[in-house]
Formats: sequence, C-alpha cells, structure tokens
Amino acid sequence: MGLVLLVVIWLITLLSTYYFAIDKWAMLPLASAHGPAMDSWFHTTYIVVGIVFLAAQIGLGWVVWRSRDQGDQTKVTYSHGNTKLEVLWTVLTAIIFVGLNLAGARIWAESRFQGAAPGAVKVEVTGLQFAWYFRYPGPDGQFARTKPELADASVGNAVGIDDTDPAAKDDFVVGTLILPVDREAELTLRSQDVIHSLFIPAMRFKQDAVPGLMIKMHFTPTKVGDYEIACAELCGLGHYKMHGMLKVVSQADYEKWVAQKVAEKQASQ
Amino acid sequence: MDAPSQAAAGVHAGHAHAAPTGFIRKYVFSLDHKIIGLQYYFLALLSVFVGMGLSLLMRIHLIWPEANIPWLGHIQPETYLTLLTMHGTLMVFFVLTLAPQGGFGNYFLPIQIGAADMAFPVLNMLSFWTTFVAFCVMVAAFFVEGGAPLHGWTGYAPLSALQSAGPGEGLGADLWIISIALFCAASLMGALNFITTTLDLRAKGMTLMRMPLTCWTWFVTAMLGLLAFGVLLAAGILLLLDRNVGTSFFVPGGLVLSGNLVKHNGGSPLLWQHLFWFFGHPEVYIAILPGMGVASQLLSTFSRKPIFGYRAMVYAILAIGVLGFLVWGHHMFISGMSPYSGFAFSIMTMAIGVPSAIKTFNWLGTMWGGKIRFTTPMLFAIGFVSLFVSGGLSGPFLAQPQLDIQLHDTYFVVAHFHLIMGVAAIFGIFAATYYWFPKMFGRMMNESLGKAHFFFSFIGTYAIFMPMHYLGMAGHPRRYSSLSEVGFLHDLMPLQHFISIVAFITIAAQFIFLFNLFWSMFKGKKAEMNPWQATTLEWTVPSPPPHDNFGGMVPVVNHGPYEYSVPGAPTDHVMQTDPAGAVSAH
Repeated sequence: MGLVLLVVIWLITLLSTYYFAIDKWAMLPLASAHGPAMDSWFHTTYIVVGIVFLAAQIGLGWVVWRSRDQGDQTKVTYSHGNTKLEVLWTVLTAIIFVGLNLAGARIWAESRFQGAAPGAVKVEVTGLQFAWYFRYPGPDGQFARTKPELADASVGNAVGIDDTDPAAKDDFVVGTLILPVDREAELTLRSQDVIHSLFIPAMRFKQDAVPGLMIKMHFTPTKVGDYEIACAELCGLGHYKMHGMLKVVSQADYEKWVAQKVAEKQASQ
Repeated sequence: MDAPSQAAAGVHAGHAHAAPTGFIRKYVFSLDHKIIGLQYYFLALLSVFVGMGLSLLMRIHLIWPEANIPWLGHIQPETYLTLLTMHGTLMVFFVLTLAPQGGFGNYFLPIQIGAADMAFPVLNMLSFWTTFVAFCVMVAAFFVEGGAPLHGWTGYAPLSALQSAGPGEGLGADLWIISIALFCAASLMGALNFITTTLDLRAKGMTLMRMPLTCWTWFVTAMLGLLAFGVLLAAGILLLLDRNVGTSFFVPGGLVLSGNLVKHNGGSPLLWQHLFWFFGHPEVYIAILPGMGVASQLLSTFSRKPIFGYRAMVYAILAIGVLGFLVWGHHMFISGMSPYSGFAFSIMTMAIGVPSAIKTFNWLGTMWGGKIRFTTPMLFAIGFVSLFVSGGLSGPFLAQPQLDIQLHDTYFVVAHFHLIMGVAAIFGIFAATYYWFPKMFGRMMNESLGKAHFFFSFIGTYAIFMPMHYLGMAGHPRRYSSLSEVGFLHDLMPLQHFISIVAFITIAAQFIFLFNLFWSMFKGKKAEMNPWQATTLEWTVPSPPPHDNFGGMVPVVNHGPYEYSVPGAPTDHVMQTDPAGAVSAH
C-alpha cells in the first residue's frame, strides 16, 4: 500500500507539474507596458512555488513508503520533535514567503500607487447590466456631468449625460474601447447598477467598477490589435455575455476616429 | 473506584443529566452531546449530497447546455447562477462548518477531555435545532416565487441588496439571508459551549498541553466562530434592512436598474465586502482547522509515533487563528480598496503561510521513522496533507496583488479554495468518519470499500481541480454559465469537458462511501473498545460510549496524548489514563 501511495502521489505531482510547465493553456499574449514585469514575476513565483510543491509532494510519497510497517523488524524512532529543525524551517519559510512578497511588491506599487501621467488619453468606462459603455471627453478634455435620471439606453443616452452642461457638446459614447498604441490611457471606472469588473486579459488588467465610486486606473497598450474584454464580477443573469472589445490603433487612426466622432456628435445636435 | 475519584464524580454530576428514556428526548430533542453530534453529522451529510447534486447539474450544463434535465428542463443562465450560489452556501455553511465542528467536535471534545457532556447541554440542543431551521429556510428558497438567489455565496451588494437586480433576488434572497442569520446565531451558541467546555470541564490531569490536537483545533475554531459569526450576523441584518425597509447601508445613490431610478442614497458596496470577508476569511480556518487536528491525531496514531513538535503545532494553530483575522482584504485587491491596504493585507497573507508550513513539516516529521499502518482513515489523513499542500501553494500567487490582478475571479481561485477549504476539509471529515465510526456505532466500516473510495476521491479531486488552475491562468472567469460569448474561452472547452467527466465519476464514487456508512452501521464487523490501539480518552470507554461517557467514573489523565512506541513500555501505546510512572512523565 505504501508503494501504491508513492506511485499515485508522484504521478499526480509530475503530471500536474508537466501541464503547468508546457503552458498549453497559456495566458493571452500580452500587449501592455506593465505586463512584462507581471508575467516575469509570475514565472519567478511559479518556479519558487513549483520547487516547494515538488519537494513537499515527492517528500510525502517517499516518507509514506519509507516509513511503512514492515513487520517486527521495523523500529520506531521515539521522538517528540527537534527544536533546531523547527526553528530552521520556520525561519526558512518565513524568508521564502515574506521575501517573495516584498521582492514583488514594487510591481503592484508601480502600477497602482501613482495616477496616470498628464497627457494620458481619458476614457470613462460605465458598466451596467450587461454592457460596457465608453465615454470620450472630446477636444475640451472635460467629461460633462451625468444624472442618473437621464440614463436611458432607448434614447441613446445610456450613461445619462446632461446635455445642459456645455462640456457635453463634444462628449461621445461608444460600445467599443478604442485606444491609441503606446500612449497611456486613464480609465475612470463607474457602474450604474451592481458591481462589474473590467477584465482585459491581454492588457493584464482587471478592476472592479463599483456603484458609487469613480475608480481611476491607467495602463499603456503596446500593440495594435483587437482584444477581448470580459466581465469578471458576478453581476446577474447575463454576466457571461457582458463582453466587449478593445481596439488598439495607431495614433493617427485614433485622432482621425475622434475627429469623426466629434463631428457626428455635433451634427446630431 | 477509589474514594477521591468518587468524590470527584459527585462534583462532576452537576454537569451531567439523567439518561432520557422516551424516543423524543433521547433521539430528537436530546441533550446528549453525542446524539447532537450525530444530528449535526447527518444534517451535514444530507447537505453535502444536495450540494454535490447541484454541482453535478452545473457540470452537466457547462458541457451540454442543451441537456434536458428531468423536472428542470434546459438549465437557464440564471438557474446556473442559482445552482452555484446554493452549492457554495450549503457546502461552506452546512457542510464544512457543521461536520468537523458541530458533528465530530460535539461528539468527541467532551470525551477526549474527560467530561460527561458539554457545559451547556440545553444551549447545545438549541444550537442544533436553530441550525436545522436555518437549513429548512435555505432549502425553501428553491421553492418560492423567483427561486433561489443568484448572487453567489458571497452575496455582494448591491446585487444582493436590490430586489429587482435579478431573478431570485426577491423572496428567495430574503430567505437566504434569514437562513444565514439563524445559522450565525446557532454558531455563536455552539462556540460559547465549546470554549466553556474546553476551559472548565477538563478531567484531572488534562492540562491544556495534554489535550489531543483535535481539542486544540475545536477550541480555536470556536473562538474564531465567536468573533466571526457575530460580524456576519450584523451584516446580514443590515442587508435585510436595505432590502426590505429602505435603509442604505450597502446601496449608494444614483443607481439605475432596468431603466428605473433606485431610491437609495449614501451606502457603500465595499462595506459589505469588508464585513463579509471579516467573517469569510476566518471561516476558511473554521472549515480547515478541525481537519488539521484530525490529520495530526491520525498520522500519529497510525505511524505509531508521537506527534512531531506538539508545542509548535499548538502555537501554529493559535498563530493561524490570529493571522486569520488580519488577512480579509486579500479578497479585495481589485475591489477599489486603497492599493496601500492591498500591500499590507498581502504581507499578512504571506505570513500565514509560515504556520501552515510548520504544520506540514511536522506531519512529515511525525510519519518519518514510524511504522505506518495504511488503514482507510490513515489514507485520508495522508490525502489531507497532500491536498493541503497543493491547495496552500496556489495561495502565494493569489496573495500577491500584482499576480492577483490576472487571477482574481477566475477558475484559479475556484481551484485554490476547493482544494484547500473544500476537499482538504472534506478529506478531514472522511478521515474522522472512518476513524471514529467504530466508537460512534460499535462496528467497523468496510476497509476494501473504504480504500476504493479513497483512491477514486483522491485521484478524482486532483483530476478535477488541477485543470481549473490552467483554466484560470488562461483567463477563464468564474461564475460563467456559458463559454460561448467570449472568444478566448472557446479553446478551453476540452478542459471543461475533461473536468465534467471526471466529476461524474468522482461523484458516483461517493455512493461507495454512503453505502459503506449505512451498511456498516448494521452489518459491519463488531468493534472492540480500542480497535486502532490509540491513546486518547475516547478509546477507554465502550463503543458506543454510555450516556455520561465514563459510566460514573471520572478519568484521571497522566500522560500526553500521543505516547506511541515508548521505549520500555509494555505495549506500543500508553493510554492517557495509564498510571503515571509507566513511562517517563510527559
């Protein structure tokens, strides 16, 4: 039985590790400026934890087999422990775990402790059951005020822009997030009903949109392309289909698109 | 019986009560901690099979969305969310909290410390029956108009706070909250009872440092319960008021739901999360600590070796208990909470890895150089260690906010908590069941069926939950009733298929256990008083124990709990009650 357990534990361990290592179901190719640091830290953690995992499970299988009852000749070591060993592995795990944490903390600090630099592209993201809306402030760089009582998707004003605010003239709202490549984007996340979470896997970005809060986040896309957006916080029956797209385009294309949108908006007024 | 212990018995009788004779007082409204323990155990057993049934439906729906289920028809997206909400709630509250603590703790804490009953038998009975009502109210949520809630077991507001936020958020959600509030009240009663019993009713010679580690874990779990359930109870009441009276604790102003302005103002959705996780994180340890105690007890017993580092184990249990209250914010790294708080919670979380690692090392140290008997309870204890390591080690990923950004609310989290607080704790319950069954029912469970059950469950668990890590790393969000709407999820369908098929087999294998349990109750081999040659007090009394546990005698404890293979001792185990001097005192 000891041998069976050893084989089962070792096989499970090696198979799990194999599938982790070959990375068959990989993270989506990354396309943001802060992403490489995160991915590389992921790999560091991966290696440290992987070694501990292998050592512990292989060790468990081995100890179980080695210490099996082999009849009368088995001599049990009577012992209540070993203080030196206890201290050794307590200190060792403290160094590994807390050290790993402190060493990686700067990645969190760099992306979250400071706001976006001036000149970032500003977009307001509104989540509501079950869609994402993206509002751009237009050339004036100002978002007009919103009023919940004006919010009504059926009249084309899902986020409730107050048109009496002069800043509303060039605000426009779209269903696809469009950002210029290699320029920092500052998103202001809000929600109109329940909590949603803006998850853009290729950007290594996830942030809850919480009703009552305006949460400012920032990142810089580094590759032109189309990227999927999913909702990551349970928001009701349509949670699984609260899907959106991020389109990263060249700076020139971006400017052209903004100009066109502003013109459309002003033509409609 | 010598004179001093007779005198002590007189004092002791103050806590005891006469054996009831009628069926109702004996088996239904019983004051006997052993009957109450069994009542908790069977309620948890019922819950676990209901909860498992819900997960079966979820797994079917994920891979065959068009399947026509008898009585349910096609499972709708909102029904899927209902299933996962009720699965999580039943499992966390009515299984993982009830079986290890209410079930085994109730049955064996008094016996292991040498008491005739719990300190407050009436409170004990009240605690069980309140829990039973809570269970009925919870299940009733399925049958009311709109059905059970869909807000997940975490019940994040405002989804849980607004009746119009989705199907099931009407009366079903009210019943869900009322059930949890009742459950909290019952748990508070239980916690008081456990703490008082441990502190006041220990037999002569049963010092704290001679208690079996199971008693330590039940004791610390009770303290966690006392501090955590009160907070959840308050949060639940506030949520109920928000939903029905128009208060705004968790709902801010200016919300628009399905085109209608919501009449609330000034609440904070994050307040719910703080209150919920202030309970929710200690709850993880409420579920797993008794399993750690059982694993320690069994690894020592079946290795025929004293526990390695008893004192360190006790300190580790206490450290886990204290740190468990300082880490709740790691559930909220991307909730909009200050990133500086995230940093602090992250460090505390990594620190909790240290006492957890101490326990793992000491379990290996306990087995090392022993003489392992591979009984079914021992297999489950070894399985517990393996799952505890595997589930624990995904912690360092999630505990680092810079990595949690990618992994939060994906299947990686589902894999993590199922391995560590779900299945590891369940393995603790299985280990305890196979180990104490002879004491509780006077018969042995079948070993061959037990071993088959172990290997199906152990391999099945890994085959289900390891792939969920890969899903999470690939970005698969949890709580998705379908993968059809998001392009990058399509490639993950084969993995979902694999998980579902293995889940079907593993779920089927649980009926081996169910059969073994009930068959052995009536047909199992008769058990002796001490079939495992174990040392703790429950093995000094008949199987099952008499009404007052020790038949009017009061045990006197002379030894520590795990004196196996003591050099010079006549047998390979020294009972805690053996006369002093048989071995060097410990």
